Amino acid sequence: MAKARINIPRNIRRGDLVEIKTLITHPMETGFRVDSLGVKIPRNILTQFSVALNDTLVFQADLQPGIAANPFISFFLRAEQSGQLTFTWTGQHGFTHVETRAFDPAP
Amino acid sequence: MALRTWRPALLIRRLSYIAGILYLVACSGISEPAEHHQPVEFERTLTEVRSGFDYQAAETQALQQDDFANPGLLWVDSGRTLWASECTACHGEIDAMAGIARRYPKFDEAAARVINLNQRIELCRTQQAILPALPYEAEERLALTVALTHLDQGQPFAVDITGKNAAAFHRGREYFYTRRGQMNLACHHCHEVNAGKRLRGEALSQGQPTGYPTYRLQWQTLGSLHRRLRFCNAALRAAPFDFGAQEYVDLELFLAWRAANLPLEAPAVRR
Ligand code: HEC
Ligand code: HEC
Repeated sequence: MAKARINIPRNIRRGDLVEIKTLITHPMETGFRVDSLGVKIPRNILTQFSVALNDTLVFQADLQPGIAANPFISFFLRAEQSGQLTFTWTGQHGFTHVETRAFDPAP
Repeated sequence: MALRTWRPALLIRRLSYIAGILYLVACSGISEPAEHHQPVEFERTLTEVRSGFDYQAAETQALQQDDFANPGLLWVDSGRTLWASECTACHGEIDAMAGIARRYPKFDEAAARVINLNQRIELCRTQQAILPALPYEAEERLALTVALTHLDQGQPFAVDITGKNAAAFHRGREYFYTRRGQMNLACHHCHEVNAGKRLRGEALSQGQPTGYPTYRLQWQTLGSLHRRLRFCNAALRAAPFDFGAQEYVDLELFLAWRAANLPLEAPAVRR
């Protein structure tokens, strides 16, 4: 089962530019490596990470095989409205992991 | 957006590694003091202890110290979640377990031998919580081990090397100073005589156990001290022991004593 960490700064005010940080467990297997018997290890990577505030997409990234395991992704968001942030990681072999956090800048 | 992008070029690393070892074999032949053939009991052969942290690149150190981005914290989180569902019934909140990790390895009456924290956890998992047995390096065992060890971050080891622990300590100590493998080197040669010298572009540290379980960038995951020791055995072309082998537990007890007052760092980040 995947485990994710999300950091949203405290005490944010409307209009602030805030950095949101995320980390998730995932092997990000490139598909180029071979095991000790010389057999190719199949590719198993996250393909996309997206973040929505309420129903609006605010950030999206496509992930590639060169990215290290347990990817750390951070992005900036202008705090214009309150609501719920939904973080979605999707990957190969039906992988999905969703986390939600309240986002509530002071006026 | 910031992404960590790093993967080792294995073949080149292996070749440079062998060259480095040949260099060390040459060095240790010259610089090894004669008295090390017969170590005096309880003599400390390091004058000053230094964490493996000090030998890491600045970015690796920064990653370890980042309360958010240190990837080892993902396992601390999982361990705390596992604790809450499997262990609180008997032990209460995990924070009440502070001060326990630093006392391992130690003699366990039920096991009738010296065991480490990972093995103590597995005893409780299988005999108290009645959960199915898992291999030594299983994610759950690593996660619970690192979550409990993390509670003692900043504190030194407090192992007991007397009484029922003494025999294991002496075996571990002897292992540390005994030459073995095709390279005919002891732990002592790489991690004391040659500490600070470079091997395949990385500085040889004192081989301190204080960061374990550790997130190694080369493993791209969290791993136990035994996983690291297996690497060291392979480095000197000696057959590694199995995970959880008594030889490694004995060595672990000696290493914990040898670490003196160095603070525990788990989860550390190493190259
Ligand atoms: C051929 C040289 C060599 C020998 C012999 C050797 N190691 Fe290592 N060891 C290394 C290298 C290289 C590393 C990785 C860099 C470092 O931390 O020193 C390492 C790392 C370690 C670490 C991890 C340190 C940290 O901070 O993460 C420990 C613990 C360790 N060795 C213990 C041992 C023990 C115990 C023995 C004896 C069984 C041993 N080593 C034998 C080369 C060696
Ligand atoms: C059914 C009750 C029970 C459950 C559930 C249980 N334990 Fe224990 N645990 C004990 C008892 C009793 C001891 C003391 C055993 C002894 O001293 O011989 C103990 C001892 C320990 C110790 C050693 C403490 C010390 O002071 O050295 C650790 C570590 C530990 N348990 C971890 C766990 C973990 C991790 C879990 C969850 C996977 C767990 N236990 C679940 C009953 C339980």
